[in-house]
Amino acid sequence: MNKRIITYILGWVLVFEGAAMQIGTVTSLFYGEKEGIYFLCVGIACEILGVTAIKFKRQKNQVLYQRSGFAATALSWILMSLVGCLPFWLSGEIPTFIDALFETVSGITTTGSSVVANVEGLSHCMLIWRSFLNWLGGMGVIVFLLALIPKLGGQQNIYLMKAESPGPIIGKALPRMRSYASLLYGIYIGLTVLEFILLLFGGLGIFDAVNVSFATAGTGGFGIHNSGMAAYDSYYVQMIITVFMLLFGINFTFYILLIFRKFKQAFKIEELWVYLGIIAASVAVIAFNISHLYPTAYDAFNQSFFYVVSVISTTGFGLSDVNAWPELSKAIILILTFVGAMAGSTGGGFKVSRIIILIKEVKKEFALLVHPKNIKAVKMDDKTVNHETVRTTSVYLIVYLSIFILSFLLIAVDNKDFTTSFTSVAASLNNTGPGLGEVGPAGNYSGFSIFSKLVFIFDMLAGRLELFPLLLLFKPSAWKKS
Amino acid sequence: MKIIIVGCGKVGASIATQLNNEGHEIAVVDINRSAVEDLSNSLDILGVEGNGATYDVLLEAGAESADLVIAAAAQDEVNLYACLMAKAAGIKHTIARVRDPEYTNDLMRVKDLLGPSMAINPELTVANEISRLLRFSGALEIDTFSRGMVELIKVTLPDDSIVDNKKISEIDTLKGKVRICSVERGNEVYIPNGDFVLMGGDKISVVSKAETAAKFFKRINVTIGKSRDAFLLGGGKVSYYLAKKLISSGSNVKIIESYTARLTERAVMLPEAVVIKGDCMDQDLLLSEGIDHAKGVAALMDYDEENILISLFVKGVSKAKIITKVNNTSFDSILQDLDLECIIHPKNLTGEYIVRYVRAMQNSLGSNVETLYRLNDDRVEALEFRVSEKSKIINIPIQELNLKDNLQIICINRGRKVILPQGRDMIMPGDMVIVITKHKGLSDLDDIIQNIWDSRTI
Repeated sequence: MNKRIITYILGWVLVFEGAAMQIGTVTSLFYGEKEGIYFLCVGIACEILGVTAIKFKRQKNQVLYQRSGFAATALSWILMSLVGCLPFWLSGEIPTFIDALFETVSGITTTGSSVVANVEGLSHCMLIWRSFLNWLGGMGVIVFLLALIPKLGGQQNIYLMKAESPGPIIGKALPRMRSYASLLYGIYIGLTVLEFILLLFGGLGIFDAVNVSFATAGTGGFGIHNSGMAAYDSYYVQMIITVFMLLFGINFTFYILLIFRKFKQAFKIEELWVYLGIIAASVAVIAFNISHLYPTAYDAFNQSFFYVVSVISTTGFGLSDVNAWPELSKAIILILTFVGAMAGSTGGGFKVSRIIILIKEVKKEFALLVHPKNIKAVKMDDKTVNHETVRTTSVYLIVYLSIFILSFLLIAVDNKDFTTSFTSVAASLNNTGPGLGEVGPAGNYSGFSIFSKLVFIFDMLAGRLELFPLLLLFKPSAWKKS
Repeated sequence: MKIIIVGCGKVGASIATQLNNEGHEIAVVDINRSAVEDLSNSLDILGVEGNGATYDVLLEAGAESADLVIAAAAQDEVNLYACLMAKAAGIKHTIARVRDPEYTNDLMRVKDLLGPSMAINPELTVANEISRLLRFSGALEIDTFSRGMVELIKVTLPDDSIVDNKKISEIDTLKGKVRICSVERGNEVYIPNGDFVLMGGDKISVVSKAETAAKFFKRINVTIGKSRDAFLLGGGKVSYYLAKKLISSGSNVKIIESYTARLTERAVMLPEAVVIKGDCMDQDLLLSEGIDHAKGVAALMDYDEENILISLFVKGVSKAKIITKVNNTSFDSILQDLDLECIIHPKNLTGEYIVRYVRAMQNSLGSNVETLYRLNDDRVEALEFRVSEKSKIINIPIQELNLKDNLQIICINRGRKVILPQGRDMIMPGDMVIVITKHKGLSDLDDIIQNIWDSRTI
């Protein structure tokens, strides 16, 4: 492990977060809130510490190996969470440190589950910091830094990108990491601004529109009203949010291909059609299943569409109490929690592309039962998925399930009902946010013990970083020099 | 520039590394996934897995906006095909690595048909470099133009030179086969005309065909350290090209090789060389063949260890100039401690050669200049122009052209023929003309004529 490079990268992360935090200071000035001072102080501390760390210059031409890259990314996220929670905690708006940390991790991992029962009681600057954490976590802070500082990890920036970006296959569409990272953030910012403007047309106030846009873009799901998205009682606004949740769950490669006018290739992405297919089927079944609960057919469709997209994109916005829905609908919602969004999007979950790869591998195995000597390759988008990717995906599934089972076991100590325990772990590991039962869209996570919250914090980080970078930190040999 | 490199072998990797460092946007393509991954993970470049000789893969690597394709895959045919597809994708410049000696003769035709801007043969490049080192160990700088057919050699005139205090027009230039194209004196650089008087201590750059230069230097008493008797240990492709080169410039060449099939091939292709069957690692054989009296020895066997060992041995027994071919660059620092005189890394050489071409290409973008070389610490430019039908200077004897000061036409390539022009020669459409000048920023061949507005000299 190359501690110098890691310190250097962490230094930049601190500098960046210190600057990002000033969104709270600015907001507090605007609303005349005195809580802004906490953002200012923590921000200044970040800058001082960060610049000091950067000054510990790394040697020239140093190579960043994969394990250092992964560790640097994982540590960055932990550091960002620890620093990001300070304003919540110091201001006393979230009284305990663990709760503040939980809220921050939930924000930055784009999970969106909250321990604050009365969200409306928080000051404006805290609310916007919460939403902004969603936005930062969506595309990732490291990717942002890669767009700004081309030499962050030397020539081997790709390992930082691999650790932070979701999906089984990570590549870049442009030769230069810097231009690629800038392009990703360009699209991200563009879509966010577009949503913001469309929400303004829907009659939302600027503060509401900014917060909702941030939370949608990162597929985070933090709301600023106790009633969630139901506070925006307009079909137009709900539809805008739905559509943008869906868009942010799409692989950004799709948008890049559109920008480069490679339409044919863009619409040939297999994952896109499976993603849209799952959504269409789920929406249809649930809408039919819940039609008796709502006055009009459009209402049922609206509820179904909104929540299906909210869950599959792992945003986790709530429109109404899903606990009242029939069992079939709840089962579908729970399954969608596991499916997750597309690879390379801002969403979480297991990822549609991994499911495609595994299903194709299973098909291949069955073909081998019939013709044992049959040679077959797993193909996706007309390209052979190499064996290594298939293997890593299978291992990913095993690790994913292991963490899930272990977490479920640990949460069971709290003696909650089965639905609550099971779905809370699922919602955390998949970065969705709300589950069912006590942690449904209308509920929150405040009822859990400190120990359970720590388990959730781990799950959320593991889910966002796709397990391996975070788990690497627990492997002692990774820390050795040779 | 945006550059696609097909093939991630050692040459591909070496080119990618160097060009990436110079700030170009690189995409590498290889059919071997791990090769692509290793390279694209270690550099900030785009890696594409697939056959680089197919249109779709080239498009994926960004052919739509690429400026140059370098095909450096293992097979010549794949490289040429990749260039063909690159043309189809609209990429103007292509470089193909073509190494089979049987193809090298046809390269001109290939170039005309498919239009790769350059075909590079690594073995030939290495052989040229070694031959230069052996033939002109006393030269300060050697550059080549026109695919290596013309050499530009910079030497220092000794104080007691017979050309001291002589006008250039008075010097016997072997009936115009040699040309003095620039003179460095103190801090000044001159592009001399016939009336220019040379002095001892001048650094002169001479243009000529490769085989003539040695004769000229002998004439004017410049010791250039020619190795008359050369030993080539190992009979591979490099050895073949090198022997051919050395023989044509009048050296005696002895090739030692143990592999019979190769031997017969060499003996047939190189009747003038002495081809000896035997193990290069056999001391007695080498001594009995008189390696201790050789003037130049090149260790060109397949294994680096053998080349290094034998070089150390020869160093002990003779005063020959020793060239050691080493393929593996990983342990370069150890080699430096061994105090070997001259180590040649073939892959690096090929890489450097291509990089130089890319630099020249970048310099010439946006003008009619085909290639641009900077010489004499960037104070002199050598420009290669293709002559168009519309040029104002065609079909006029050069002596009647009112050329700018500090400017010389040093060479005209017509088809496969190289002409070092005299006053009566004319420039014709389709020629490639190389001009050497102190004026910077010439962008068209017609700019070489003096006009009333232009008296600016740098």
